[in-house]
Amino acid sequence: MNTSELLQRQSFVELSARARVAQLLDGGSGRELLGPFERLTSPWLALQDIVTQSDDGVVISRGTVDGVDVVIAAIEPAFQGGSMGEVGGAKIAGALELAVEDAANGKPVVPVLLLETGGVRLQEANCGLAAIAEIHAAIVALRAWVPVVGVVTGPVGCFGGMSIAAGLCSHLIVTREARLGLNGPQVIEQEAGIEEFDSRDRPMIWSLLGGQQRHATGLVEDLCDDDVRAVRARIVEAVQSGDTAPARIENIQAFETLLAAIEPDVLAEADKVRAAFEQQANHAGAFS
Amino acid sequence: MQTLSLDYKAGKPPPRRALAGVVGSGDLEVLLEPGENGRSTVAIKTSVEGVKDIWKAVIDRIFADVSAPAVALEINDFGATPAVVRLRIAQAIEQATATDDGQQASDA
Repeated sequence: MNTSELLQRQSFVELSARARVAQLLDGGSGRELLGPFERLTSPWLALQDIVTQSDDGVVISRGTVDGVDVVIAAIEPAFQGGSMGEVGGAKIAGALELAVEDAANGKPVVPVLLLETGGVRLQEANCGLAAIAEIHAAIVALRAWVPVVGVVTGPVGCFGGMSIAAGLCSHLIVTREARLGLNGPQVIEQEAGIEEFDSRDRPMIWSLLGGQQRHATGLVEDLCDDDVRAVRARIVEAVQSGDTAPARIENIQAFETLLAAIEPDVLAEADKVRAAFEQQANHAGAFS
Repeated sequence: MQTLSLDYKAGKPPPRRALAGVVGSGDLEVLLEPGENGRSTVAIKTSVEGVKDIWKAVIDRIFADVSAPAVALEINDFGATPAVVRLRIAQAIEQATATDDGQQASDA
């Protein structure tokens, strides 16, 4: 990106979830479901003396993207780290389940998930996890009819149960700033020790969990700049593709072979990980 | 968490509701709905304890103009500074009172 491009760029990462949805949908086509004035807030945060947000950090909107019917679910990363609580999780699960019904009735709606989330909201524990499981089930069901598009753009990344949701998507779009992983750096450090993973070593973290690495190892389809037009263009391509090819996760054997070949006592490095993925892809077919 | 309710004299209610901000670090969410004619109410929930006097001073100043639009504000605060509070409330009022061509209504 040169200087003039940089000056003309409009950051997607810096927008709030609601502003992201407004930028993605065709002008005037958006209709928010269970919006902030419904005041469906978390009953659990209030009990723990934590200020709630009127939409529980999740924006659901029906509309069109370049004429294609979509339902966008956007997680607000600034509210409680984009964590999935009972209410926000149920909003996403409900929206996806309605999309399954629509698809079954011959009215396909493409789901677009903006997954800026640290995973389950710890204050809501099992209630959040239950909602995440429903989201997983709905994504799998939807894939029989429509592409399911996942987008991770910001440094909050996509972790925990919601990283599984990202893995289940048929088309995943990330930026260089994004991170994707099951456990976040602090969790790994806490569980495995600082020798295994130093959660303050940002270059190391992004080299292993960052968007570029995830793209290089074939775990995401698209790597794009943090620019509203660039992100939207990739989403347009993905929703118009009509792609319902099997998910990469259905190629379980390739991943199992790869895992079996990894020596856990050798510290992971970005280059070695890429080489291992490449070798496996050459040997037994691509991951995607 | 601390809660605070304030009440002011005001002009006429604006034509529509509006939302500004998110409950993120150093920020706040303002939900604005048209109020009763002649009266504005402000309900605040804040994560910061012990700053009731500052809140009252900041909001008093915003609603000092008794001809300002009559609004019912709900504020969910996560440690916003007074400048951010003023900005978000101004954004919400601007959205609620803007005419179709994007200009401020003359009586706002």
